[in-house]
Amino acid sequence: MPINSKIPQGELSKKWTTYKSTCKLVNPANKRQLEVIVIGTGLAGASAAASLGELGYKVKTFCFQDSPRRAHSIAAQGGINAAKNYQNDGDSTYRLFYDTVKGGDYRAREANVYRLAEVSANIIDQCVAQGVPFAREYGGLLSNRSFGGTQVQRTFYAAGQTGQQLLIGAYQALERQVALGNVKQYSRHEMLDVVIIDGKCRGVIVRNLVTGELERHFGHAVLLCSGGYGNVFYLSTNAMGSNVTAAWKAHKKGAFFGNPCYTQIHPTCIPVSGDHQSKLTLMSESLRNDGRIWVPKKQNDTRKATDIPEEERDYYLERRYPAFGNLVPRDVASRAAKERCDAGYGVGSSKQAVFLDFASAIERYGKVEANKQQMSNPSREQIIAMGKEVVKEKYGNLFDMYAKITGENPYEVPMRIYPAVHYTMGGLWVDYELQTSVPGLYALGEANFSDHGANRLGASALMQGLADGYFVIPYTLGNNLADDIRTKAIPTDHPAFEEAEKAVRERIEKLMSIKGTESVESFHKRLGKIMWDKCGMARNAQGLKEAAEEIKALRKEFWNNVRIPGDINEFNPELDKANRVADFMELGELMCIDALHRSESCGGHFREEHQTEDGEALRHDEEFLYVAAWEYKGESNFELHKESLDYEVVHPTQRSYK
Amino acid sequence: MEHYNMNLTLKVWRQKNNKAQGKFETFQVKDISSEMSFLEMFDVLNEQLVADNKEPIAFDHDCREGICGMCSMHINGRAHGPWHQTTTCQLHMREYKDGDTIVVEPWRADAFPVIKDLVVDRTAFDRIIESGGYISVNTGNAQDANCLPIEKQQADLSFAAAACIGCGACVAACPNASAMLFVSAKASHLALLPQGRPEAKIRATNMIAQMDKEGFGSCTNIGACEAECPKGISLDNIARMNREYIAATFSGSNE
Repeated sequence: MPINSKIPQGELSKKWTTYKSTCKLVNPANKRQLEVIVIGTGLAGASAAASLGELGYKVKTFCFQDSPRRAHSIAAQGGINAAKNYQNDGDSTYRLFYDTVKGGDYRAREANVYRLAEVSANIIDQCVAQGVPFAREYGGLLSNRSFGGTQVQRTFYAAGQTGQQLLIGAYQALERQVALGNVKQYSRHEMLDVVIIDGKCRGVIVRNLVTGELERHFGHAVLLCSGGYGNVFYLSTNAMGSNVTAAWKAHKKGAFFGNPCYTQIHPTCIPVSGDHQSKLTLMSESLRNDGRIWVPKKQNDTRKATDIPEEERDYYLERRYPAFGNLVPRDVASRAAKERCDAGYGVGSSKQAVFLDFASAIERYGKVEANKQQMSNPSREQIIAMGKEVVKEKYGNLFDMYAKITGENPYEVPMRIYPAVHYTMGGLWVDYELQTSVPGLYALGEANFSDHGANRLGASALMQGLADGYFVIPYTLGNNLADDIRTKAIPTDHPAFEEAEKAVRERIEKLMSIKGTESVESFHKRLGKIMWDKCGMARNAQGLKEAAEEIKALRKEFWNNVRIPGDINEFNPELDKANRVADFMELGELMCIDALHRSESCGGHFREEHQTEDGEALRHDEEFLYVAAWEYKGESNFELHKESLDYEVVHPTQRSYK
Repeated sequence: MEHYNMNLTLKVWRQKNNKAQGKFETFQVKDISSEMSFLEMFDVLNEQLVADNKEPIAFDHDCREGICGMCSMHINGRAHGPWHQTTTCQLHMREYKDGDTIVVEPWRADAFPVIKDLVVDRTAFDRIIESGGYISVNTGNAQDANCLPIEKQQADLSFAAAACIGCGACVAACPNASAMLFVSAKASHLALLPQGRPEAKIRATNMIAQMDKEGFGSCTNIGACEAECPKGISLDNIARMNREYIAATFSGSNE
């Protein structure tokens, strides 16, 4: 099947405007006859479902949590980017577009990214109108802060809880549509397959997680807003339930998977404390605005941080990247931390950590405060006390979280941080209309591959989720459904529904019948270890080949020896988890295949064989300037399709943050 | 920070489903590290149960960083356990010492029926939001976000109310199982913003009506909700909503 990204003709800055003015529309009476299924209720899913409900479509939403408001978008801390230029510091749609393309190491589609930058400003307007309480200045206007990979202040935030506030805004808009009868909401339901009829996606099979019953639901279109697959690594910043199942089922039914190997390792997370670790907690990138990252200049230095004098500290990001310093993009910061730890400069008991230090920020803010209060000769203690107050106001909730987890006081001693899996840039391949290679099946937000190339900049995930849901899908879905107005709702006793449900039931019965000796959790941990060691922050051909084989063997073992207690027809979290882990074990192999084939380094994908003399990612544009879209052909059998990336406006160069 | 291992006795509420009779079951767990979170300790227990071919304990959890509101354990008689402004997932085992006994129950409230073991049904909260916990604005051409300056103090108060994670600890902590802190936090978050003013009265009226319909109890100003709230939602929100409600009664907007 040839790949068609359906990018509109014309000048980059006019494409979306032209599309919006010329796309097909569906009249209100017809919208009422058209049914849309939305899987996942995070920023992308909730905003899409609310907006489509408002337009008059008959919408159903599904989420595995007990309420749509729990979706993992809620945990995003730092902020959301928008090209508002409220700070008058030279921002514009073009600059946001450019920073995003460059940040993605020139592996994103120009037209999509430009559209994202274009609608970014509307998102802030919409959210403020909904009552999202963004941080404000004393003058009553919105406040901004900086984020990694940019030199302007374009990030809007609500303390360290930006994702929560944006999600609650979208959730409330969704609940309003539920009350009006436009959206029907199914919580504690998990999608286990898509149903294809005559080449089009026409519905889903879902499992009621409380009763274990399988249900069939018809839709003229299905929107997958099911998030990313970082939990393939077992340890990640994702929620425990975040999974790839919906996307993977779609992939196995014909949707191409785009750039599966592009995973983002976030530089500032709380380090692993032991084998019991179940997840990793992020410390917002916004902390790098004020925190300075360092390690001792001496290897295996066991002194306490506060006992190491200034001249014996290596502020390695400031040293290596003077222009961006501590605000280099995430991939660069993560690799630099790994490099120092591998070279023996790591700190803490595991030696797999670096310091994030607020001492100089506390002192700087303290002096500013002393000035404001016109104190003529403030003591050092007074300065530090006032500085701590300022830092508390900015990052208090993050500092509290750090203290609860580690038992250390970050106002007194530097935080210890280490990179952790955070976000997946790869995902289902979609065209400009967010439609996958299966007609009628769409993917929005982190579930698709589209806007971040090989590395996502901070504060861009929230932007993309909401752009897709509020401002893109309402147009592009209509353009396609306009051709479907004569399609009557297909009864769910159609053979395609029967067959899909039967396959789902058989798989569940098979899982339950194994009755082996090893827990699901244990298999998940073993998969995660293979992925992290061989397909993690640094990869090489040898390791990737080994990993693919090890995963295959692990999968075989899983299907022969997994133990799932309990019954099928009841609330059974072990069974839910087994379904998810089984899919992660198939995805893991594809990630290794993709990482092996991409014989270059770019963004979050770092191949040890391809680096510059000073250890930076070395791209090979002549060979790899394309999106790798994989088609499922059977177990361990994937066919590569290439969507070439034609840069018309930006010219890919070696990224430099020096 | 120094860490240590401990052995514990756990008394956990077991209930097959919402029709079955529940009871406490006692478990021993060994070598629990003080660095574990409370839920990681439950992971260890569940792995042990799977290994013994027994059914693991069902409990709700997801983000494990204190923000999704999914975790919901009543620990030694306190919603989310002993730490101030902390969810169960953020409670760490260094709170406990070798030999301790810990009693764990689900949220107890008629409006939150038990689904299984420690898992309860909190969809009543969704229905309360449906009844009015929003600003009626469609997606589209909202005016520029900076057109309407909002006094910082007011915006901060609104944010403080909006920090609610909808976990239900307020209900579990309240002897009356009242949901007033949850409802008033939402009413305040929106009523404190100019965008939310036009619907403020009708919102308070409808949400309170829905709360009563769901079977939550009445507020008698005990204050346990505020004390146990993991996000520090203030009782002031209840007073604020009551003023809104009374004003609505006198002006007839809750007819």
